[in-house]
Amino acid sequence: MSVFDIFLQQLVNGLVLGSFYALVALGYTMIYGVVKLLNFAHGDVYMVGGFVGFLVLSVVAPMVGPGWTGVAVSMVVAMIAVGFLGVVIQRVAYQPMLNAPRLSILITALAVSLVLQNGVLTLTHGQYQPMGADLGFGGVNLGLLFISYNQMILVGTAAALMIALELFVSRTQYGRAMRAISIDKDMCRLMGINVTAVIAVTFFIGSALAAAAGTMAGAYYGSVWYFMGFLIGIKAFTAAVIGGIGSIPGAMLGGLILGLLESFGTQIPGIGSEWKDVFSFAVLILVLVLKPTGLLGKSEQERM
Amino acid sequence: MSMALPLLELRGVNLSFAGNTVLDNVDFSVGRDVIVSLIGPNGAGKTSLFNCITGFYKPQSGSIKVDGHELMGLKPHKVTQAGIARTFQNVRLFQQMTVLENVMSGSHCRSRAGAISAILGLPSQRREEAAIRAHAIECLEFVGIADEMDRDATNLAYGHQRRVEIARALATRPKLLLLDEPAAGLNAGEKQDLLNLIGRIRDELAISVLLIEHDTGMVMKISERISVLDHGVIIAEGAPKEIQANPKVIEAYLGQDDGEDLL
Repeated sequence: MSVFDIFLQQLVNGLVLGSFYALVALGYTMIYGVVKLLNFAHGDVYMVGGFVGFLVLSVVAPMVGPGWTGVAVSMVVAMIAVGFLGVVIQRVAYQPMLNAPRLSILITALAVSLVLQNGVLTLTHGQYQPMGADLGFGGVNLGLLFISYNQMILVGTAAALMIALELFVSRTQYGRAMRAISIDKDMCRLMGINVTAVIAVTFFIGSALAAAAGTMAGAYYGSVWYFMGFLIGIKAFTAAVIGGIGSIPGAMLGGLILGLLESFGTQIPGIGSEWKDVFSFAVLILVLVLKPTGLLGKSEQERM
Repeated sequence: MSMALPLLELRGVNLSFAGNTVLDNVDFSVGRDVIVSLIGPNGAGKTSLFNCITGFYKPQSGSIKVDGHELMGLKPHKVTQAGIARTFQNVRLFQQMTVLENVMSGSHCRSRAGAISAILGLPSQRREEAAIRAHAIECLEFVGIADEMDRDATNLAYGHQRRVEIARALATRPKLLLLDEPAAGLNAGEKQDLLNLIGRIRDELAISVLLIEHDTGMVMKISERISVLDHGVIIAEGAPKEIQANPKVIEAYLGQDDGEDLL
């Protein structure tokens, strides 16, 4: 293979990886926007999404087959179920802490993360659960480059979800309220906006996007397990910070950048794939040092 | 609703913070289609009174009714839904949003489409979005800055930002509009425009206006009724002429540096 082949192939791999990161990073950034909470349980919400997708697929596969139809059904069910899980987590764990010091709610998020992880660990005895999706190996040969249908569907689905989110945020009352809440919560109350309800909707959407990513990752990589959310949670956080936490386009951009960096980084001679996490987190540190507000983030202005 | 009932009625409202009395047994009312001013020395509790009406402060006792409905204990967004809107001493627009988006956010409480239809982008939601946009533009036209609707709100001249804030409050379709020092920071010409605007809000939209204002010249010109608050107590209530002649009011103001303003 020529260098150019490798470049194109890594571009595709990077887009796939970046799509997962972006979907999870969106939830991070949206939740940060409305409640100023770094929801460290978000990676585990993604993991639960993978498991719900796994369970649904094992039920629907005999009916519609284990192909993309089955995965699509599983994904939609997982999105709805985990969306509600996100709302429940918000109500039970975070709502009572909203006026507590920022550190308390952060620790609550870590606790929620442990509860989800250990809950699933206990239920599954820590075993990898084979997803049982049969997605085939077809694809398109573009001369130098082979792109599988799976990769196309996956990136396409992620792109569609992100476009839908962008339309929701820019063109609906709830989306506008979400942005307004991230700017001035008390003012929103005076505008008659039910802030609690909008926060719930935000948790629903953020968690549903993570569940979509979890189900697709399970189907694409072949299995789910209780610890699958840990690293992607931190990576998604990194992506959100790179893009500028609180910024929705920033999370999409950050996710893609991180995916591409990792897939290209592993191609540097002398640096194997075991170095890819070092790569990501080095970039996180660089961004925090050079542009702490992230690529698309705006500096916070204190109002008097 | 009986027309004899005042639009807003406060009875025996007491508010204190850590033992310090802020509002002491306040009785206060605002009728329909009127412009009423609340004046008083700095620290008298005027803004606290606004915060009680809008549900941000919880008075220890008393009753606050709009159209006969009790507001005490309601969350701020419910108070807005009941028909009360307000603006702030220092303009508080949503930064990083356009003028139009700012005003559209005021319509949120009057929208019926739920979160699910918004997520799914149902036709009902799109129709409503179009209606909200049209209403927001009407509000901007009413305050006279529709031509600036696509600009970032914080890039507008200060006087225009104040109008955006009023337009956003109008977008909530209030029965009563609370204005907290709307003339602060405006020049003479802008103050005259503001006077006209407040008059039109009452005359053309049939919305009652309650304002806190330090510019006594303006207060005397525009108000039908004036209430005077001093140290948390309503010390006088009446028409502008009566207030100007009231010895208690003069005394309250003479204790202040800006006492001569009133005379």
